[in-house]
Amino acid sequence: MSALLEVRGISVSFDGFRAINNLSFAIGAAELRAVIGPNGAGKTTFMDIVTGKTRPDSGDVIFGDPPRSLLRMTEAQIARAGVGRKFQRPTVFEDQTVGANLMMALRAPRNPFAVLRFRATDGHHARVVELAAEVGLADHLHRIAGELSHGQKQWLEIGMLLAQEPRLLLVDEPAAGMTLAEREHTTTLLTRLAQTRAVVVVEHDMEFVRRLDCRVTVLHEGAVLAEGSLDHVTADRQVIDVYLGRG
Amino acid sequence: MRRSTVIFIAALAVFVAVITVMAGAGMISTSFVKTLGMTLCLCLAAVAMDLVWGYAGILSLGHMAFFALGGYMIGMWLMYARTEAIVIEALSGQPLPATPEEIRQGIGNQIFGVIGTSDIPWVWGFAHSLPLQLLLVVLVPGVLAGLFAWLAFRSRVTGVYLSILTQAGTLALALHLFQNDSGLRGNNGLSGLQNLPGVSASQDATSLWLFWASALALAAGYLLAAWVVGGKFGSVIRAIRDDEQRVRFLGYPVEGFKLFVFTLTAVIAAIAGALYYPQAGIINPAEMMPIASIYLAVWVAIGGRGRLYGAVIGAAVVSLLSSWFTGGRAPSIPLGFYTIDWVDWWQVLLGLVFVLVTLLAPRGIGGLFK
Ligand SMILES: Nc1ncnc2c1ncn2[C@@H]1O[C@H](COP(=O)(O)OP(=O)(O)O)[C@@H](O)[C@H]1O
Ligand SMILES: [Mg+2]
Repeated sequence: MSALLEVRGISVSFDGFRAINNLSFAIGAAELRAVIGPNGAGKTTFMDIVTGKTRPDSGDVIFGDPPRSLLRMTEAQIARAGVGRKFQRPTVFEDQTVGANLMMALRAPRNPFAVLRFRATDGHHARVVELAAEVGLADHLHRIAGELSHGQKQWLEIGMLLAQEPRLLLVDEPAAGMTLAEREHTTTLLTRLAQTRAVVVVEHDMEFVRRLDCRVTVLHEGAVLAEGSLDHVTADRQVIDVYLGRG
Repeated sequence: MRRSTVIFIAALAVFVAVITVMAGAGMISTSFVKTLGMTLCLCLAAVAMDLVWGYAGILSLGHMAFFALGGYMIGMWLMYARTEAIVIEALSGQPLPATPEEIRQGIGNQIFGVIGTSDIPWVWGFAHSLPLQLLLVVLVPGVLAGLFAWLAFRSRVTGVYLSILTQAGTLALALHLFQNDSGLRGNNGLSGLQNLPGVSASQDATSLWLFWASALALAAGYLLAAWVVGGKFGSVIRAIRDDEQRVRFLGYPVEGFKLFVFTLTAVIAAIAGALYYPQAGIINPAEMMPIASIYLAVWVAIGGRGRLYGAVIGAAVVSLLSSWFTGGRAPSIPLGFYTIDWVDWWQVLLGLVFVLVTLLAPRGIGGLFK
């Protein structure tokens, strides 16, 4: 299997504390992967490293075709190379409309002069409408994003990620704070997305992970503890001890 | 075009027409026309401040330094060209025509006598030429702002640290200009700027010309700013203001956007200054002390940031009130045991208004219009 993203033995310490410890990870071009693990396992830090927010002390992160190291690229360059990220807390631009949020995310040249000259064509507008419909916000295009419900903000953020057309999507705890109906909608969205790109979903909630029905990587103390189907990893002795056994 | 932009331009046009008619009929004094023209320049600086702070979220406390630099750059030509004319005139009585060296000597004596030298410093190398010095109005503040922005934003200096850095830079520049060997006449500054070289028209006429030029610059600056914030660029810089890390993950080079806005607004402020000081007549380094830039931020906050017309209203109202209160024309309030003298108490009042607006109307005066 040729991987789209390959993380090779990365480590990172914060003030002497090893948050990521010789972690390796790979995902294919059209794959859905759930990453689970107890609080503080390093899931968010892992995403920070892949997206360039945090620099690892050692190891390498290889992405794309032809494969390139992401370590010498800025956050914006990594995003333009095709890595999209959804944060734990929904982060949309609250004082702008749903349409403006989507328009900003839409794939187009990103440098200041190009943005200054940018004029939205009918094609751009149509794409924004299409994206809004896809995430269930068709009737909310002209609303200010700050007025949306928590779940709607999550979808808007997913819509913005779709607009970026990333090849790899990193999604941090999408189901947190969602109602049951909202979770179902989110599951459908994520599985559909993974048909055409790689999607990594970090999640706490086992029910949600079960619904995703995909390969699971268990993180513990900054390293991979187990990997396989959900049934396989939940039967793993170590996993039960460190994670499932508690609580 | 947005409705508020159309209304603003129309209101400005009416204002200019009314003032022109009143000045022509002798109903208002030349000095009042100058005050209004200068106010328009301050409004333009406020538009720049709103763009960089209200929209892009960069609280620069140094934009009045660019304003003053613009004034210095045009002031150098005004002073040089006028002195040159005077020197040539004075030397014309001699039997032999004056050599260029004699003329230079005369100009040097006239301009730099106050600081005890007659050598013309190298920074005045272009002062003989209006086009070159106009170019410097844009280039000097532009390059300085670009350099500062590149260094600061590249190291991801943001928030209050950036504000402090802009204040430090402003103070350093002002202190430098206070020195005689800065080449800009130290604390004497440049004077006689109200006299336009080669123009024999009266101050009545020239003050109106400069008033019109200021109005034109404000209109152009406002339209430019409205265009910049109206489209996707405006969306992106407001997004940077609200969450710049998120904007990076959308793939936008945040530092490039900030550098662009910082530099553009520095240039707008410089152009405003280049129109202001010929009306003020004099410029000295005290004009660029950090407090001036803080005032600019206060005007924009009171007027309402994130709204271009708010910035204009704030700058106009507060700066006009300020010159009224500090000009000694505001009646003192006798309390028996103490007399409130507005020259001293205006700052207290302004501070109070600032605090009240921040607490009660965070969107400023402009926010009340919505
Ligand atoms: N910037 C940071 N500075 C110091 N410690 C950090 C930082 N980021 C994360 N950590 C620590 O690293 C560990 C992993 O955190 P995180 O990746 O957020 O875990 P998770 O997302 O799996 O809950 C935690 O113990 C956390 O306290
Ligand atoms: Mg986390």
